[in-house]
Amino acid sequence: MGFIAGIFMVVNFFVPHAVGTQGEWMLMEWARIIGAFALILGLASLFRTHWNKIRRRQSQWGYSVVTLASFALMVWAGIIYGSGQGPLAERLVTVKSGALFEWLFNNVQVPLDATMFSLLAFFIASAAYRTFRARNFEAILLIVAAIIIMLGRVPMAELFNLPHGEHIDAKMPQIYEWIMQFPALAGKRGILFGVALGAIATSLRIILGIERSHLGG
Amino acid sequence: MPEAQQGTELVFLGLTFNPEVLGLWLQAVLTFAIFSFLWGDNRVYKFAEHVFVGISAGYGAVIVWQQAVLLLLVFKLWPQLSAKADVTADHWVIIPGILGLLMLTRFMPKYDWLSRYPIAFTVGLYAGTGIPRIVPAYLLRQMGATMKPLVPGADVGWWVAVSSLVVLVGVICTLTYFYFSRPHEGALGVSSKIGIWFLMVAFGAGFGNTVMARISLLIGRVEFLLYDWLPVWWPGAGL
Repeated sequence: MGFIAGIFMVVNFFVPHAVGTQGEWMLMEWARIIGAFALILGLASLFRTHWNKIRRRQSQWGYSVVTLASFALMVWAGIIYGSGQGPLAERLVTVKSGALFEWLFNNVQVPLDATMFSLLAFFIASAAYRTFRARNFEAILLIVAAIIIMLGRVPMAELFNLPHGEHIDAKMPQIYEWIMQFPALAGKRGILFGVALGAIATSLRIILGIERSHLGG
Repeated sequence: MPEAQQGTELVFLGLTFNPEVLGLWLQAVLTFAIFSFLWGDNRVYKFAEHVFVGISAGYGAVIVWQQAVLLLLVFKLWPQLSAKADVTADHWVIIPGILGLLMLTRFMPKYDWLSRYPIAFTVGLYAGTGIPRIVPAYLLRQMGATMKPLVPGADVGWWVAVSSLVVLVGVICTLTYFYFSRPHEGALGVSSKIGIWFLMVAFGAGFGNTVMARISLLIGRVEFLLYDWLPVWWPGAGL
């Protein structure tokens, strides 16, 4: 089945035809439908893990209640409550999210997401302080590049109340741009070539049935 | 909570709330709860962390329900359920519907081998989609962008030529570092050594950008607390 689907997509790219393109769209939609069912598996796993913790009264089971309650609240707000108007059967098949769902998204998920990732600023800085040591030339290159990139994105003239001009504040963003566009790009492009060749090789192995680890066993 | 929908005041347990103000307070409390981790792992942080997991999973479920299950499956099988008049029936979607159901046989150990069909279909499909797209985007265009004019002339300034040479040398040297079929000695050793230098600059740049992205998020949260939430809590703060 994987062979047929894979070969169809490859052939369709090299021999484009209106029927083939339509088929490609259809198959991509099919994959999204199957992906929705795969999400059920993931959610069931989340539910089972937390439900077992609650049932067995394992340590910190109360937080599992919080997780499941938050999940239930969001699903209720988005699917069952919806717009809050009309009969339940109608709300269940309404595509537009209601205001309560959006309110929860904007006031709970967005700030939690941003704060959680902003917290990493402290931990990355602390880890860098503990591990970055200019032991050799390579380490010095890494540190210098990182420092220039960080300083290049900071308006230093405003920070030190300096007039804008030809001092380091004006030059730093230019140096930042040059490093990003040339030496850093060269290193990344070298990695990218390897990734691309690896992805093509793995895709071919999957289509030809040589690689079957994703099927388990 | 219809009141919240209309943006009017919400009465709960005898207390009157404005949904916007309530939202600001909720954001502030959750922000402080997450930041409390800097002091050490604690119950408040754990509570917020688990709320985040639950809300995110719920959000994903709702979006998939609306965008995939309803639009791509349910409305195509039963167009009369859709509010839009132009939805047409497409009974072919019963095939991915059945394949999706086969995915759920993972719950039944006796029949879980059936779940291999939808997995094989999806993985094979994306593998087939990937090859023709990777070759032009990640190989051919990248190679073209690497081979820019190296001789200064009327159209190419000397600094542009030097920069293009840096890219060409950098890419070749980085690739030789990943060439493991021969020992890295002699010219190959020198080339791979220079390749490591370019990799170090790339990693340093990646690290610097990651830190600054996190710092931007941090600035965003601090700005929220100072300019959005604090004036609500302390109107005379004047920030």
